[in-house]
Amino acid sequence: MRPCRATDRAGTHTNKLRKTGMDSVIDRQHSRFLPRTLILLLALGLLSGCGGGESNVVSGNRDGILHYGNGAEPQGLDPHVVTGVPENHLIRALFEGLAVKNPITLEPEPGVAERWEFSDEGRIITFYLNPDAKWSNGEQVTASDYVWSWNRALHPETGNLYSYMLYPVANAEAYSKGEIADFGEVGVKALDDTTLEVTLNTPTPYFIQLMDHYSTFAVHPETLLQFGKMTDRFTPWTRVGNIVSNGAFVLTDWALNRHIKMAKSDLYWDRDKVNLNGVVFYPTENVVSEERMFRVEQLHYTQVAPLDKIPVYRELADTPYVQAPYLGTYYYLVNTDRPPVDNVKVRQALSMAVDRDKLVRSVLQHTAVPAYSITPPDTLGYYPPQIFSYDPDKARALLAEAGYPNGEGWPGLEIIYNTQEAHRKIAVAIQQMWKSELNVDITIANQEWKVYLNSVSQRDFQVARRGWIGDYVDANNFLDLFITDGGNNNTGYSNPVYDDLILQKAPRAPTREERYALFTQAETMLMEQMPIIPIYTYTSKHLVHPSVEGIYPNLMDSLNLKYVTLNPDRSLPEGLR
Amino acid sequence: MLRFILSRLLQAIPVIFIVITATFFLVRAAPGGPFDAEKVVLPEVKRALEAQYRLDLPLHEQYFAYLGDLAQGELGPSFKYPGRSVNEILFSGLPVTAELGLYALLIALLIGVTAGVFASLKPNTRQDYIPMSLAMIGICMPSFLLGPLLVLVFGIYLEWLPISGWGAIPGDKVLPSITLGAAYAAYVARLSRAGMLEILSQDYIRTARAKGLPEWLVVVKHALRGGLIPVVAFLGPAFAGLLAGSFVVETIFQIPGLGRFYVQAAFNRDYTMILGTTVFLSSLIVLFNLVSDVAAAWLNPRLRSQISGGGK
Repeated sequence: MRPCRATDRAGTHTNKLRKTGMDSVIDRQHSRFLPRTLILLLALGLLSGCGGGESNVVSGNRDGILHYGNGAEPQGLDPHVVTGVPENHLIRALFEGLAVKNPITLEPEPGVAERWEFSDEGRIITFYLNPDAKWSNGEQVTASDYVWSWNRALHPETGNLYSYMLYPVANAEAYSKGEIADFGEVGVKALDDTTLEVTLNTPTPYFIQLMDHYSTFAVHPETLLQFGKMTDRFTPWTRVGNIVSNGAFVLTDWALNRHIKMAKSDLYWDRDKVNLNGVVFYPTENVVSEERMFRVEQLHYTQVAPLDKIPVYRELADTPYVQAPYLGTYYYLVNTDRPPVDNVKVRQALSMAVDRDKLVRSVLQHTAVPAYSITPPDTLGYYPPQIFSYDPDKARALLAEAGYPNGEGWPGLEIIYNTQEAHRKIAVAIQQMWKSELNVDITIANQEWKVYLNSVSQRDFQVARRGWIGDYVDANNFLDLFITDGGNNNTGYSNPVYDDLILQKAPRAPTREERYALFTQAETMLMEQMPIIPIYTYTSKHLVHPSVEGIYPNLMDSLNLKYVTLNPDRSLPEGLR
Repeated sequence: MLRFILSRLLQAIPVIFIVITATFFLVRAAPGGPFDAEKVVLPEVKRALEAQYRLDLPLHEQYFAYLGDLAQGELGPSFKYPGRSVNEILFSGLPVTAELGLYALLIALLIGVTAGVFASLKPNTRQDYIPMSLAMIGICMPSFLLGPLLVLVFGIYLEWLPISGWGAIPGDKVLPSITLGAAYAAYVARLSRAGMLEILSQDYIRTARAKGLPEWLVVVKHALRGGLIPVVAFLGPAFAGLLAGSFVVETIFQIPGLGRFYVQAAFNRDYTMILGTTVFLSSLIVLFNLVSDVAAAWLNPRLRSQISGGGK
């Protein structure tokens, strides 16, 4: 508030041109009026809103409103059209799926469906919908709403990027590709208002998890049809006043690039458990600004924390900094068709020469976990095998076996990454490690995002930086990347035994243990061939105001706002303000 | 005068048309498309998306379809923000960018005119060299350097002012306005110094001095009006430049204006958004140039009679 005092004198600044009667009226106005108006305008404009008052956190704690830093401005709120993390937060506050995740264990628990049953060895799932589940206009959420919505999500004209989430459903893929035209052939039927029967192609153990992904959510058919066709992407049905949703919160205000406001829904079936009266989501693309907003209590919760501030936060007693492993892996893609990395020994040598502990310690400030495989550890109880470790001696021996003893005859190698400081730092560190341990020359090259995506999809690279964030908590989500000709494979890796394990054997495994054993077998096979060089497992990094309770760090970074409460008695630790 | 304005407006049409055409084909030539994403897009989904955005048509048909929409004032749907039209996004950002540009311009005028006039009073002395050297530094210093410097000093070190946002926290408009205005203040200072120097050597100024008027009155009442004509001529393009060029400042300070959408649209290959913003901003630049030409003509009697067809 100090700046207000510093400048508000400007408005009273006058010039003293008064007594020259000989000048014309216009001239006098020109010289006297104009500068004063200018100064006044400037002072008024710049200082508008001066005076301040209580912070968002203080008012929010009193009124039960959570102020939430949400990363980027969302693309929109249509569950079958948009994709992305900020969108996910918003949509899951407004809508609810058939099943939701327990915020601590991540195991599925009832959402719109009170319960579900498996039959035909897991190939048929019957969802029993909660008769109290209501749309925000008071109508009941019915099984036929789901049939309609899944038709929309899969329809070949909708252009839903996540249509494949429903591909485990019988005939869904063929319908989405336009090979069959009748949605009646797709394995989803409304037996009555509250009974939904889903027939799958093969047993899909993680299918219930997918019911918490927004691409499988139901939308309110009549509302959409009021604004256009079922498959239209551009209608204003998600705007304030138009949107009808079925979640714990309803949309009350949406100011582009400023905020999105939601209020508690009076019609949500589990409303008695919802403690917040509302949530305000802010677009916070600039990490540094977001941290500063948190520090002046404009935000309860930040999407990330700036890397260079993390050590400072860690040292605070009762630190608001919360870090947890995240379902994502940072790795290097290796093009197995390009020399010298077409040789498996070269790939193994490179991977073994990366000192991941050092990288995590020095470059990443302990904000990541070293990774030796693709699946993050403890993915719903699954731990990936570790078949190698940092071993420069063995790496040198392997490189010699491949024909490059002490780097002699090395033809050169290029790492590409999308332009970003964090990726550059890692690439430089790895470049140095490979130079010092293996005596091989590496060049690094940054590319603008879309150019980089183009290079990766065209496989126009030798080594490329890559990250994969899981959509659901299951090792399958990471391991099926590398099936032959998989859209996200990009390495040229192809192994029929691996394909068979992932596509045929694992889904049919009778128990979780047997399924995980098959995954371990496949993942071991993958890491022996090393078409990727795993580097680290991501973590989620948030600043959480001490007044916020009910946020549980978990692998999905999944926050169910339903469980959040605000305790006005708790404030930021000393030394932060 | 009317004929002058009309002929300038007619000249503007081919300029804007060339801008549209060049932008349309250049963005298509850039590698990568609007639907490329880290997770691969299934071919069937990509086909559907291309159909929804008319990208499945041959390029020349897309071009003419776009021109058709444009003629009706429709800039099309945004690729990045489905459900929002480019028109809507532009008009949500414009008031903010215009406000920022206005403050920056006012700051530029206040600082620039003061420094320029001050310097012109004693040319080639310390009173001239110091403000003019500062102005040179101001011109050379890009806003992506000045912005973070101001943030560092006033936001983080002194903790006087907020470092981001627009209208959310009291005082958050100060640093961005200064950052954006600084370079223009420097231009204004140099222009007003040059203009004043020329006027101060005129006969009517000598007359005013001979009447025994105090020097400050001579400057403020007699010299300033003529001396600032170059500044007025500069204001139009300057304001257009402020609107179009505020993206750096908007990015540094997280301001929800036009500029950020413009830059992000390029990164996202949001074809309609890139085109829409380019067309919109280039029209503004043409318009403000015209306005400032008219204003300069109105201020300068010699130019005015020339335009009105009064001969040489």
